[in-house]
Amino acid sequence: MPAEPLFSIRNLTVEYATRAGAVKAAEDVSFDIRREEILGLVGESGCGKSTLGKALMRLHRTPARITGGELLFDGRDLMKLTEDEMRAVRGAEIGMVFQDPMTSLNPVQRIIEHLTETVRAHEPRTTDQEARERAAVLAEKLGIRSERLKEYPHQMSGGMRQRVMISLALALRAKLVIADEPTTSLDVIVEAKFLDLLRELRREFGLTILLITHNIGVVAEIADRVAVMYAARLVEIGDVQDIFASPKHPYTQGLLRSVPNIQLDGESLYKMEGMPPNLLHPPRGCRFHPRCPFAMEICRDYSPELQAVDGDHFTACWLYHKTTGKEGAKNG
Amino acid sequence: MAEKFFQAASAKPAEAASDVLVRLDNVRKHFPLQSGFIASLLSGGHTPAVKAVDGISFVIKKGEVFGLAGESGSGKSTVGRLVLRLYEPTSGKIFFDGIDICKLPEEQMRRLRARMQLVFQDPLASLNPRMTIGQAIQHPVSIHLSHLSQEEQREKVLHILEAVGMIPPESYFELFPHQISGGQRQRVVLARALVTGPELVVADEPIAMADVSVRALLLDLMMQLKEKLDLTYLFITHDLATAKYVCDRIAIMYLGKMCEIGPLNEVYQHSAHPYTRALLEAVPVPDPRRRRTEPMPAGEIPSAINPPPGCRFHPRCPLAQANCAVDEPPLREIRPGHFVACHYAEKV
Repeated sequence: MPAEPLFSIRNLTVEYATRAGAVKAAEDVSFDIRREEILGLVGESGCGKSTLGKALMRLHRTPARITGGELLFDGRDLMKLTEDEMRAVRGAEIGMVFQDPMTSLNPVQRIIEHLTETVRAHEPRTTDQEARERAAVLAEKLGIRSERLKEYPHQMSGGMRQRVMISLALALRAKLVIADEPTTSLDVIVEAKFLDLLRELRREFGLTILLITHNIGVVAEIADRVAVMYAARLVEIGDVQDIFASPKHPYTQGLLRSVPNIQLDGESLYKMEGMPPNLLHPPRGCRFHPRCPFAMEICRDYSPELQAVDGDHFTACWLYHKTTGKEGAKNG
Repeated sequence: MAEKFFQAASAKPAEAASDVLVRLDNVRKHFPLQSGFIASLLSGGHTPAVKAVDGISFVIKKGEVFGLAGESGSGKSTVGRLVLRLYEPTSGKIFFDGIDICKLPEEQMRRLRARMQLVFQDPLASLNPRMTIGQAIQHPVSIHLSHLSQEEQREKVLHILEAVGMIPPESYFELFPHQISGGQRQRVVLARALVTGPELVVADEPIAMADVSVRALLLDLMMQLKEKLDLTYLFITHDLATAKYVCDRIAIMYLGKMCEIGPLNEVYQHSAHPYTRALLEAVPVPDPRRRRTEPMPAGEIPSAINPPPGCRFHPRCPLAQANCAVDEPPLREIRPGHFVACHYAEKV
């Protein structure tokens, strides 16, 4: 195992209070984000991946709240920080890029002002001139021509706006960027170029990236490791090559087989049975058991813990538990 | 250019006119830009326009799945609406089953529309939230098949609900769109499109909103229905990986122009237009051992108001020569049934 991880998430649970009762969008989720890696977090809509991404920065809004867990970022527990201290971490140490940059950029502010304002808010001693120079250097690295810094967000294309979002994180030298579906609204060629950019930034700035996406192809293209979420739980995590070559969890297996692959011939797509569960009334035991082709007796009542299957590859599935004793947490 | 294309297309007996369901003949659709009084005086009465579709020709054969792919702004959705005459073309001709639909009076066009239907991307946006599923599907029946009794109409609705896999159909009849899942909503939209027994279905990004595990099911359903109901699909998509699983032939559009048309495997394996090549290369492959190494074309898709002269792709094209900025490449047949609009297709 490499050096101490940049971010250790331990037993994180996030709940939404709804009229019908509490809905757990993330339940007892633990994983590490290692320094300078690109970690892909995949799952289908409603699995809780975006809620998790926001909770990592404590950016979740009511009715969501973190009901348990630790967020150990670069040596301290973010859960113990005050809101003011947290605000200093956001942006400066952890940057965020969302799916729709138009909703994250101020429509009546020029791009250059976004950059200088961000720098000066976090580093009040920086002069306007210094902030502008820094912005110009950065923009050039990100492929934004300097004359375009004078433009407003609506004058830029989706791909350019995503570059601006990244530049905001880099302007403050953030260590970690959480990117939630950053390429989902982009066309394939623009998407490919944005992924190239992320790779380059990691190399040049030693950036760590958590890439949250439903797009399995994007993860295969750029991630070093992959984490798979299903119905608010982490079901598998490991090296990208291991996960794609030999997925362990039946959900991951089904998911990978149902992705269209432009390079394969003649095969029809795998059709997974059933639908993801309603998180208001999730199934007992393993959440995937009602759809699982290998479900056993134990899967109905007991929830499997994340365990190593080989080396650096972990999955939460009874098929791989060395002992089939009932040590799992009973729930329901 | 268009004439040549059709001569080539109709030269083979298998592609006789009776096999052709839809034919577009040098179709243009320009959307005039709104400009102020002063601006229009300054431009000498010449209003600038978005050239969404700028002279394209193709045929859709009966019973095939014809894919139309391109990035946002390529004009692919506009083509879909032109085929149904939901837009009037600026110039050119559109034929449906041999009938020139642009000249058809309103009343006859309405009757013809029972034979063609449109399925949109977002099922929630295309279903009225205050109409039950039964009402939503019965609505087109009451317009196009008004000679049927209430009872017969209801029978038709139940029958099509069953065909799209909403079983038992009676249990869904009284539900509202928000009470069913996204995948089921897409099935309802399909059912509504198919209930009048159309021959052509224009599917505009029909599965783009669905999750991966649901997508495969929907695609499979669409293909089953095609066989069962003898349909022809115009499948509009930006997703070349999905198109591969369903299309017989595919057309690639860029900035209002056709780059390449041909049988799907032919186009995917021997793409002859640099843009098609880049698009195919850009699709992320769900296999980390096959990461992309090819560089992507420079720049971004230009504005369709003042498209580049000559070949529209030339400012971004790695193979562009001086003549590409001047001469517009015609669509020419480089292999049987495989058409490409590039001066240097042989070098791609």
